[in-house]
Amino acid sequence: MPLGGVLFITIFVIIFGCFLLFVASKLGKRSYDPVKQQTYECGIPAQEKKDTKISVKFYLTAILFIVFDIEIIFMYPWATTFRDFISSGQGLFVLISMMAFILVFIFGLFWEVKSKALDWE
Amino acid sequence: MGNDIFEITVNCVKLIIVFLLMVQAVPVLVWLERRGSAFIQNRFGPNRVGPLGLLQLLADAVKFLFKEEFIPEHGIRFLYYGAPVMALVPATLAFAAIPLGYPLQWDSYIFRIQGFEVNVGIVYVLGASSLAVYSILMAGFGSGNKYSLMGALRATAQVVSYELALGLAIVGAILLYGTFNLTEMVAAQQGSLQFAFMGHAVNLSWLPNWGIFYQPLGAVIFFAATFAESNRLPFDLAEGEAELVAGFHTEYGGFKMLLFFIGEYGHMMVGSALMIVFYLGGYGIPGVTIPELQQWAAGVTSSANAASALVSLITFVSFTVKLAVFMWIFIQVRWTLPRFRYDQLMELGWKTMLPWALGNTILTAIVLYIAKA
Repeated sequence: MPLGGVLFITIFVIIFGCFLLFVASKLGKRSYDPVKQQTYECGIPAQEKKDTKISVKFYLTAILFIVFDIEIIFMYPWATTFRDFISSGQGLFVLISMMAFILVFIFGLFWEVKSKALDWE
Repeated sequence: MGNDIFEITVNCVKLIIVFLLMVQAVPVLVWLERRGSAFIQNRFGPNRVGPLGLLQLLADAVKFLFKEEFIPEHGIRFLYYGAPVMALVPATLAFAAIPLGYPLQWDSYIFRIQGFEVNVGIVYVLGASSLAVYSILMAGFGSGNKYSLMGALRATAQVVSYELALGLAIVGAILLYGTFNLTEMVAAQQGSLQFAFMGHAVNLSWLPNWGIFYQPLGAVIFFAATFAESNRLPFDLAEGEAELVAGFHTEYGGFKMLLFFIGEYGHMMVGSALMIVFYLGGYGIPGVTIPELQQWAAGVTSSANAASALVSLITFVSFTVKLAVFMWIFIQVRWTLPRFRYDQLMELGWKTMLPWALGNTILTAIVLYIAKA
């Protein structure tokens, strides 16, 4: 049922949103004016093109996020089963192996900070 | 076969009700926010339409409906109209998986007070709420305005950065409960605070058995990250008026704007609900266990079905009260704290909250090992 439910509510919400937008677009009056259609720019004509140049920091942040997020997701299965391992007597082994993994994580974070990848001017 | 159709119908209707529950809470919250901010800033706030201005949002909704439809000249039509619709989806999907009350038992049929039961609840909820980034990026890119684009990029970078701290803060809670399932987590937090530490049984009967007492640091990090995730002050760098007009929704107006609002408030509700489920006992009531409640309900009502319904209702009200408290904290914080600077924000996320969350994880694992061994 969860999968069917997810599919159902996704489609329902999309239809709900589209319906509201459609109704709102039909009810309002329309008038065309070239000045009104311009993109917003603090009261003066738009100077720049829409594809403004953007700081490469955003790209870097996204890449770092993917790496770290995957590392964090790796901890989830370990966290769920850790209690069972403790009760079966293998707790120390599992704890130490995870600490080794976290050490790599900390090293990565430390290296990032050191290389100034996280500094924003 | 007939049973299947009954089951599907019940679940579909329930999902729609959960969605409408979320949507109808938004006008109330907006009213609360406006009245609350007015109260904090010593103003009146909306007080003309209806008693205490309660009908203000109804009037606003009608006005939104009759607004002129409008697309900026450089806008990309599909992305521009798709973004507000997409803003609704992640919050709804995540909210539907949260247990809102104790399951209702009608004869032999068990009716869960939640959209759908997912056995990997946490992973699902985190995954679903991460989709919010797409709506923001679609809005920023589709508007064809540089302020929108910059706001969207800022919001995205901020949301993904704080998602790390958020995800890592939960690892401590997962270690504690040993499950991904949200219902089991809530069940683990009933009764009074008691645990075994190095062979000694500790029992503090005047405290509820809530996660926040085991994971105070995790709870603080989680809650702070929730603010950043839902783009609320003090982390609303994505829409700093002085620099970016209104961020990714600069070009939006009318009903499209309202849909963004519903998404944002829905996100806040999901964050608060997760906070309650992980750290504050979910739908439980402090000082009363579920069996005690059931016993009391059986004494008050005549049939077992009615007693079960009463228990579900009371637990649902308990959850709602906790949720309301958290929503008020969101509003109070928004109108109390000033905004960060962008480099401070990123620094806080990566260099402060991430290491602290990591330390919390290590500490929890070691203490858990020592306590059990």
